Parts: sequence; structure tokens; C-alpha cells
Amino acid sequence: MSERNGGMKRGEVLLEVTDLRTHFRGEEGVAKAVDGVSFKLLSGETLGVVGESGCGKSVTAMSIMQLVPQPPGFIAGGSIRFAGRDLLSMSIDEFRRIRGNEIAMIFQEPMTALNPVYRVGEQIAEAVRLHQGLDREASRARAIEMLDLVKIPSPEKRVDDYPHQMSGGMRQRVMIAMAMSCGPSLLIADEPTTALDVTVQAQILDLIRGLQQETGMSVLLITHDLGVVAEVSDHVAVMYAGKVVEYAAVADLFAQPRHPYTIGLLKSLPDLAAPGERLHTIPGTVPSAFHFPSGCRFRTRCPLASAECAEREPPLDELPDVGGHSVACHHLKEAEAL
Amino acid sequence: MWAYILRRLLYNIPVYLGIIALLMVALRVNDPVWGFLGKNADQEAYEVKKHAMGLDRPFHEQYIGFLGELATFDFERESWTQQGRTVGDLVADSIGPSLAITVPAMALTTLVALVIAILSAYTRGRLPDKFMMVSAVLGMSISFLVYIIFGQYWGAYVLNDRLGTEVFAIQGYESGLANWKHYCLLPVLISTIVAVGYDTRFYRAVMVEETNRDYIVTARAKGAGKGRIMFVHMLKNAMIPIVTRVMITMPFLVMGSLLLEVYFNIPGMGRALYKAISENDFPVTEVLVALFAGVFILTVILTDVIYALVDPRVRLQ
Ligand SMILES: Nc1ncnc2c1ncn2[C@@H]1O[C@H](COP(=O)(O)OP(=O)(O)O)[C@@H](O)[C@H]1O
Ligand SMILES: [Mg+2]
Repeated sequence: MSERNGGMKRGEVLLEVTDLRTHFRGEEGVAKAVDGVSFKLLSGETLGVVGESGCGKSVTAMSIMQLVPQPPGFIAGGSIRFAGRDLLSMSIDEFRRIRGNEIAMIFQEPMTALNPVYRVGEQIAEAVRLHQGLDREASRARAIEMLDLVKIPSPEKRVDDYPHQMSGGMRQRVMIAMAMSCGPSLLIADEPTTALDVTVQAQILDLIRGLQQETGMSVLLITHDLGVVAEVSDHVAVMYAGKVVEYAAVADLFAQPRHPYTIGLLKSLPDLAAPGERLHTIPGTVPSAFHFPSGCRFRTRCPLASAECAEREPPLDELPDVGGHSVACHHLKEAEAL
Repeated sequence: MWAYILRRLLYNIPVYLGIIALLMVALRVNDPVWGFLGKNADQEAYEVKKHAMGLDRPFHEQYIGFLGELATFDFERESWTQQGRTVGDLVADSIGPSLAITVPAMALTTLVALVIAILSAYTRGRLPDKFMMVSAVLGMSISFLVYIIFGQYWGAYVLNDRLGTEVFAIQGYESGLANWKHYCLLPVLISTIVAVGYDTRFYRAVMVEETNRDYIVTARAKGAGKGRIMFVHMLKNAMIPIVTRVMITMPFLVMGSLLLEVYFNIPGMGRALYKAISENDFPVTEVLVALFAGVFILTVILTDVIYALVDPRVRLQ
């Protein structure tokens, strides 16, 4: 496996998403599923993207991979820079050489993500053949090597299995093997453990972390589980209603969350120190992407909402006191007391 | 797999025995001899015919006798309407012309329908797709008879007239590969045009359903191109419903296309059965229906075997 990190040193910006807007045309009008998402992902680091279900995490990932179904989806604006190149201005043929090669992705549902009628080895080998032009034998050898890398026992036998002969955790390992087969510098993992058993979840996360340490790749980890984020991320982007509302280094975020939404999310984590207490929940639900509220989108559920919040959308600004910590809120002072 | 096939064949033997019993009873409810000779035939001619056919023997003897014929493929009874020809001769002579039309027609229809369906699914929602789907619906809404009549008129009569030579025969049949284009191509084309609209819509629906599956997103994420996704990833998955659809038509291949054979005067199985039934040719009807039932059962078994070949999730047991 070739080691690659986009020719970058650790700590340089590998992926920079700026004001990304991905919308969907629907019967009720336009759904602004992603509507102004900005974040940076440094080389060799893990960025956790968190938020309730429906806030646009998957659409953000699919936009980076250019897998948004078009129609009804379309990129309404913004830019995605990867290793110094502007992905959105590339032709699809140009981008296809990056997809699955320099940027790879794994998905939430390992049970359905693999093609049921081809052997897992063939599916891993396909990626290698597509991008590195290896022949059948060499790509099969690579597939076995990759299965070994993701710790599947007796890989030279398993390479000939069909997906249905494997458990969910095994299939997710196969997906990871496929993603890693061309030595990507960025791995996007969209809720890779959500569909798995708790014990398997930890194994898969460990596997991803181990591979990252070996290869120096960056990981964009999407999850709705703040516990997972705390464990594996370097930076965190908190998304709400198609926007990033807070972005910070993981230690800063957990030490002092600033956005009322982030504060609410953290409070709703089950507290192992105080068992038996009632769990906090954020009132209400994520508004529909067809009808976001004016101004700050969180104001309909926010304890600090004021007239200003309805009038003006708060920009995602870096805090004056903590470098690299950005928050989009009009009431930072009041939020400290929450 | 062979053990599976053998077991399925054995399981189906009682089914087939039942079908044959029912068939024989059904054909004897109204006395076939009176049916053939007419109400005013004299008693003596009736007795002679009945005896010659063995219809005066007890039912179980006739049953065992007929099963013997089916098991040995030896149909020695004489046709009632075609003097001097046994049912066996008739089947042997009719099967070739039927297959000469139905097999190429089915192959061509499946191929054309698959290609159009894939192109249509590929350009889904855009102009080429819309055009192909509207054509398919239009094609489907016109009756088979209209295609036959106009096909015969324009494709044979008018064309031959214009060119001064006979390209396609208006009707008739002669065996041999050299004669195939002359007698069979036009019926094959007509039959393809009739069936292709329906098949295209079916295959397109199958392909479109496959485009929404998760493994397609995975394949795209891998960097596979659209052509590769369509022909490598989707087509093999789509083969499962496609095989079913093709296999359903198998028994009808053997039995021929009744309308085409009648209109083009092609001496195939469809026409033979049609004639046998309309002229009360009891021995021919009995054998042809029994063969059809047998082909049907074999097709069902074969379909399951082919499933297992295209879908690794299917286990034969
Ligand atoms: N193919 C699609 N067509 C229309 N709307 C979509 C489509 N995919 C996603 N959306 C909309 O985008 C919003 C965000 O979805 P998603 O990114 O999947 O959320 P999550 O954060 O749970 O991953 C949802 O409200 C959904 O309605
Ligand atoms: Mg999602």
C-alpha cells in the first residue's frame, strides 16, 4: 500500500470546504440540505462532523465525493479545495481519478453497500484495477493484502466469499479494505458504525484509527455520537440545519462548548458520573430543509433566542480568546451561563 | 447441482402423472369419437374408430399405455385428420418450423429490449429515454394482428413488387438454413417488434430499480464510470428478474407462435395444435398438450437452476 497524504506535511490544510451549498429541488420548493458549510481538515488529522439526523452531514460528504443525485440535487455554491485543487471546477472524468483513489468513502449500511453478486475480493480488486491499472493477478494479491490489513482472518480464503457469507462487521471491514486499497489521503466515513453492534463498533473505530496512524491519511468522520467524536477526533464541526454552527479543536469543544446547540447536545449525553438522573433533551426537532426559520436556524429551539436572532443570521466567527474556535451565535456571553 | 436437478425431477413425477390423468379425463368427457365423426355417423363406424384408438379399453389401461408412449417418446397412433401420419411424425415435423421462428425471435427480442432498456435507464428522465418509452408504449398498444397483416403486406407483398424479386415469402415454409431468411425472417421481425415494447418497459423498470441501490453508490465512490456501473454492476443484478422473464417464455418456444404460424402458413406446433383442436383430432391433441405440460415443468426446474447460476445467494437444496 502506498503511503500518501496529498504530498502534505501533517498539519497543513488537506481539505477546505467554504460556504458549500447543496440544494434539492422538490415538490414543496427547494430543500437547502446544505446551506453554507465551511470547515478545514488538516493533513493526518480526524475531523468529526456531528449533528442530529437530517442536519445535512451525509449530503456534505456526498457533495465532496460528487455523489449527490443530480437531479434533484445541485451544488448551488461554495468551493471544495482538496490538496490545493478545486474539486468543483474539475470535469467529472478528472474527478473520477481522485474518487476512490485519493479520496475514498465508506458508508453507514455495510449490509447493502457491497454488490451482492460479486465476490468481495473482486470488488476490492476493481478499485485497484481502475486506478492503478494492475492486472487480475496483481489486483487479487492486493485484495488479499488489504483483507489482511483490515484484520479479516484467513484472507486468502475470504477473498472468494460473497458479501452474504459475511457478518455486518466483516462487510464494513471489506468496505474499509476497498477504500484503503489505493492508499487514499482522505477517508470519508459516514456513520461507519451506526448499523453495527456495540462491540463491533469499537473494533471498527480502532481499525480506522490504526490505519490512519500507519498511513498518515486524514479522516472525515461523520457521526451523531459525541462520545465517538471525543474519542477519535482532532477537530469537530457541529452541524445544525445545513450549517456548521461551531468548529473547534476537540479539547476546546468539550472543555467549553460555546453554541447553545452544542451545549444542548453535550448535556444530552448520558452522564456516567450521575446515573439515575433524567437525561436532558433539546426541545423540538430539526426544521424541514424546505422551511428553515429566518435568521439563526436554531432560534426556534434555543433558550436564548431574541429578536436579533430572527432578524440576522449569526456568522461563523472565530472567538477572540480561543484561536481556531469558531461559533455562529449572537449570544455568546449568555451561552456561557447555560 | 445434478443431485438437485434429479431430486426436482423425481418430485415432479407425481405432479406430471396427475396432469396426464386430468388431461385424459378432460378429453374423454365429451366422447372424442362422436365429436370427430359427427352426430349422424353410423354406429358401426363409431365402434371401429373407438376400438382402433383403444378408447373402449378400461381407463387405467389407456392411462398406462399413454404413459408408456410419453416415457418412450414413441407416438405410434395415427392422426385422425392426416391419414398415414402418426402423431410422432407430426411432432417431429412441426417442432423444427416452430423453433426456427421462436428461438431467433426470442433471442432478438431479448437482446434489443435489453439494449434499449439500458440506454433508456442510462438517460433516465431525459429526451432519449422519453422517446424510447413513448415508442415502447405505442408499439405495445397496437394489436399483433395489425403487425402481421401490415408486415405481410408491406414487408412481403409491396417490397417484392417494388424490387421485382421475392425477398420474403408471403407465406409458406421450407426447411433448411438457406431457406430461413426467405420464409422465417419476416415472421421473426414481426414477432420481435410485437414483443420488444413490453420487454423494454419491463427491463427498464428492473434497471431503474437497480440504479437506486446502495452498491451503485459504492461503485461510483470507487471511481467506476457509468458504463462500467451499468454493464458490470447493474446488469448482473438485473439478470435475476430478466432470467425469470425469459424463462417464462420457454414453453411457448416449443409450442410455437400460433398466430404467426397460422397467418404465414408455417407448419409448426402452434398450427398443428390449433388444427388438431378445431378438427377434433383426438390423438394429436392429447399428445401435444401432454408434451406442453412436460416442457412447462422442465422449464420451471431449469429456471431455478439458472437462478443459482446468476445469484450467489440462491442455494440449491
Ligand atoms: N436525494 C435527496 N433528495 C431530496 N432531499 C434530500 C436528498 N438527500 C438528502 N435530502 C435532504 O437533505 C437533508 C439532510 O440529509 P442528510 O445529509 O442525509 O442528513 P444527515 O445529517 O442525517 O446525514 C434532509 O432533510 C433530506 O431531506
Ligand atoms: Mg446521514
